[in-house]
Amino acid sequence: MNPHNKSIDELKQIAAQVRRDIVRMVHAVNSGHPGGSLGCTDYFVSLYFSVMNYKPQPFNMDGEGEDLFFLSNGHISPVWYSVLARAGFFEVAELATFRKINSRLQGHPATEEGLPGIRVASGSLGQGLSVAVGAAQTKKLNKDNNLVYVLMGDGELGEGQVWEAAMYAAHNKVDNLIATVDRNYQQIDGGTEEVLALGDLRAKFEAFGWHVLEADGNNFETLLPALEEAKKATGNGKPVMILMNTEMGFGVDFMMGSHKWHGVAPNDEQLEIALQQLAVQQASDY
Amino acid sequence: MKEYPYSEKKDTRSGFGAGLLELGRTNPNVVALCADLIGSLKMDAFKKEFPERFYQVGIAEANMMGLAAGMTIGGKIPFTGTFANFSTGRVYDQIRQSIAYSGKNVKICASHAGLTLGEDGATHQILEDVGMMKMLPHMTVINPCDFNQTKAATIAIAEYEGPVYLRFGRPAVPNFTPADQKFEIGKAVMLNEGTDVTILATGHLVWKAIEAGHKLAEKGINAEIINIHTIKPLDDAAILASVGKTKCVVTAEEHQLNGGLGDSVAQLLGRNLPTPLEMVGVNDSFGESGTPDQLMEKYGLSTDNIVAAAERAISRK
Repeated sequence: MNPHNKSIDELKQIAAQVRRDIVRMVHAVNSGHPGGSLGCTDYFVSLYFSVMNYKPQPFNMDGEGEDLFFLSNGHISPVWYSVLARAGFFEVAELATFRKINSRLQGHPATEEGLPGIRVASGSLGQGLSVAVGAAQTKKLNKDNNLVYVLMGDGELGEGQVWEAAMYAAHNKVDNLIATVDRNYQQIDGGTEEVLALGDLRAKFEAFGWHVLEADGNNFETLLPALEEAKKATGNGKPVMILMNTEMGFGVDFMMGSHKWHGVAPNDEQLEIALQQLAVQQASDY
Repeated sequence: MKEYPYSEKKDTRSGFGAGLLELGRTNPNVVALCADLIGSLKMDAFKKEFPERFYQVGIAEANMMGLAAGMTIGGKIPFTGTFANFSTGRVYDQIRQSIAYSGKNVKICASHAGLTLGEDGATHQILEDVGMMKMLPHMTVINPCDFNQTKAATIAIAEYEGPVYLRFGRPAVPNFTPADQKFEIGKAVMLNEGTDVTILATGHLVWKAIEAGHKLAEKGINAEIINIHTIKPLDDAAILASVGKTKCVVTAEEHQLNGGLGDSVAQLLGRNLPTPLEMVGVNDSFGESGTPDQLMEKYGLSTDNIVAAAERAISRK
């Protein structure tokens, strides 16, 4: 059971509030990664407010009897922190400590400070899929029928470890795993196809033995059914991959579609414009 | 000089294999992963008896470390097995982020460490692994000296919650420690009480230190010999107590001088008890192909090197 089980209209309002959190968090410390965070907001909101089975309180590191989520591209921590807070893992007010000294909200997600909801550190790219596959295999050993979710960036697929894990997961029929690639075609130095072409990711993952789906990551009307379809595809002997098309910076027009907002914070004026665009019925900014 | 009779020589990696098998029988949470080196790591018996808890990862060590980190979530205790080189240098960032920084209960079990790997040469003879692992916060670093101690250490680390690097090797060495020993992480083992010089040895160099003790005794030198099987956390109290008595010290290890046991002891003594220190180890050099004995001789890790180091240390008192 999802603890919130929100309707699409409610998800849209939550997503707008999360996007407000994201731009305010990175603005406050003039650092962090708004672009990918905004692009993946609808995915995170879908998982935590509709799709996943979990208990936010008390947080249990072992997560037995729950679905697990891992973020491999840890630099989009702002969206995860906002969603975790708003889903009830910790106080929303704690978002104000993001990237500051003595905070549990590190620049990249970590377990060291004990932030509820985080099960492994990420930031150095390419490691999350392996961790998720391992956790999924432990679920099988424990006869726990819940699922393991993991999100990766598309630029991150340049890391060889991702493909080691992809081979392994298919070979070992790790079919209680739903991986998602944030296919926004952007990485720090430019377009993914220009920096190191990823090419036909569907063909690549299918050749590796995965069940591959595609989804629009910025449209709840199609994203939620795609996530349900992914769930239905589990348990059939193959790991499941969602190639999720998103637009970096989604929701803030001047941030959209450009790698330039990968790791840059808005200034005061840009923040005001962004917040005007991210209107919600009842803003509850931290 | 105390005598340490032994009935046979055995490899430390077989001690690991025996310990792992026993863990399989006694602890249902223990799982094992191997990167295409089951025979070399002596993991065959565990695999045969517990196939559902054994994971063949293939030649993909980075993935193995990530898998192990993930398997801890849900209460499993993963033991990874590959050569020391591929257990550390090849996967340092995976260990650093997914295991050490994340505080995961993974046991990184590393065979074929050091020069005694022999003929395969320097590509495989890692001499920097202890340094890399001991620098990581949260990591425990253990280098037992013989079959029985490696078996006991393997069993002991399953009871300890947290990441551990367990280092062992390929050659058969005298199996002289008790079969029924209780392995205490971080607790040095006194092998011979003496008054003239302290010899702190780890891994394969422990037996050579015992041999050196006999040679020193023939020269009228009474050496105190301590087995430092745990390099991190170091048994500060035992070392300071011994060195306070003997007033000089020798360290001996199959590792670079930079970053190894000697380096840790130098830090301890420099801060607490500045004392003449001589270090036996590899001096900023890669190894090469050869027999283990030839290599230990050529790179200055022989029994006679320990004897000479002890005499130098005594002369500096």
